[in-house]
Amino acid sequence: MKDHDTLEHRLTQQGISRRSFLKFCTAMASLMALPPGTAPAIAAALAQAKRPSVIWLSFQECTGCTESLTRSHSPTLESLIFDMISLDYHHTLQAASGFAAEKSREDAMKDFYGKYLLLVDGSIPTKDNGIYSTIAGRTNLDLLQEAAKGAAAIVAVGSCAAFGGLPMAKPNPTGAAPVSDLIKDKPIINISGCPPIPSVITGVLAHYLTFGELPALDELGRPKAFYGETIHDRCYRRPFYDQGKFAKTFDDEGARNGWCLYELGCKGPTTHNACATTKWNGGAGFPIEAGHGCLGCSEPNFWDAGSFYTPLAAPTSNIGAIAGAAALAGAAAAVALSAADRAKKKSLQQTHEKLTVKDISN
Amino acid sequence: MTLQDIAVKVERADDYSVGNISALLAEIATLLEKFIATGQSAEIDLKSLPMGALEYEQLRLALGQGEVAANLEAIGPSEIIETKYPGVWWVTHYNVEGDIVADLIEIANCPAILTSQPQDMQAGLARLQAAIEK
Ligand code: SF4
Ligand code: SF4
Repeated sequence: MKDHDTLEHRLTQQGISRRSFLKFCTAMASLMALPPGTAPAIAAALAQAKRPSVIWLSFQECTGCTESLTRSHSPTLESLIFDMISLDYHHTLQAASGFAAEKSREDAMKDFYGKYLLLVDGSIPTKDNGIYSTIAGRTNLDLLQEAAKGAAAIVAVGSCAAFGGLPMAKPNPTGAAPVSDLIKDKPIINISGCPPIPSVITGVLAHYLTFGELPALDELGRPKAFYGETIHDRCYRRPFYDQGKFAKTFDDEGARNGWCLYELGCKGPTTHNACATTKWNGGAGFPIEAGHGCLGCSEPNFWDAGSFYTPLAAPTSNIGAIAGAAALAGAAAAVALSAADRAKKKSLQQTHEKLTVKDISN
Repeated sequence: MTLQDIAVKVERADDYSVGNISALLAEIATLLEKFIATGQSAEIDLKSLPMGALEYEQLRLALGQGEVAANLEAIGPSEIIETKYPGVWWVTHYNVEGDIVADLIEIANCPAILTSQPQDMQAGLARLQAAIEK
């Protein structure tokens, strides 16, 4: 069994100075989207933190979420967080395979019953008794139900585990379902995104480690610290939106000037995620900085929400006019616009509009 | 090759503005005013703010560099620069791979991370005494 002593003890053993630890806590505060002044409180809490056992189950998924996670798993400051958890089962990352791997999962479930964190990526097929995805001869559904019993909490990593994602897109041939549809008696935290931002995954783990509890969640079970605002709320192109300056094609003058991508289908106004500030690839940037609108990947049913290139409010309303009015009239018009966005998204989800060549070539 | 090796060309950093930087500078001025009056230090997490590469460069130009520049080597490098406005510090922490893990504006006499820590001093003293006894 792995040792589960305090972090302070482990860091001292590794010869890490107090100053380094304070730097680490400053990075943690930034990672958890807490005010920088909270670093000393984090230091005090973390010094006493114990290593929780983590079991990670992968179901109907593309491994993108694990790929994303391993981007924050190289020998870095953040990797200290992984020194702080005991990843007892992850069938892609672990060295063991076959019976030995399944045994390590069973041992962890037994040894840390009621205390381990269960991380899940991928949705769970439920049609025909769940036979569309099995591991070691057992259905995903069966494995999930068994592992959920002894879990302190479940973290659904990625839009598939959180909301069903691509496998659940129409016509949903496998009867895919998100974790929250199947498990009702455990706290579930949804870290949505396709994939989720790596530091958001580690940030949530860090929060659990530091404070021993799950962070505050929104109505869709997502941590508010990362999903409390929309991409649009924090988008650096927002001043252009407010001024009614929109790129009309991907290579026009507006696009070159970095104007708002709303008319090119940006789903930023209805998408809650931290991309605009936390960014991707070690902080290098996020899609809108590369000139492409947000796809809405962290929202339920985003695959069925119509073309990635059709504006949210089109074709039912004239966005230029509404946004211009919003800039003049302020909040009320902006609220009307976002209501139009939501209604449009809903109707697209219901009718399951498909992406056409015309959408990308206009 | 790491991401940092790919050169980023920022165009028109001097004359192009979408307004985010002037708002940030106004906030820094307010915090500095408060610090001078009450001694209450403050920090701004730049990673929590919307900023494109161009605006980040604009902020660098606007704050400039003052008299002090310090480097830390603590699980990756850190740069601590006093801007041309005394009391306004720019603290950038990197991990060992060179990614920025925290990027702060600190309003203080001296950023806390620069001061020696009691625990480290204790450990250092023990090492020094051991060296003398040798
Ligand atoms: S619509 Fe998209 S590009 Fe435009 S301001 Fe909002 S998030 Fe940014
Ligand atoms: S910008 Fe939008 S589509 Fe892209 S990763 Fe972020 S939330 Fe997903």
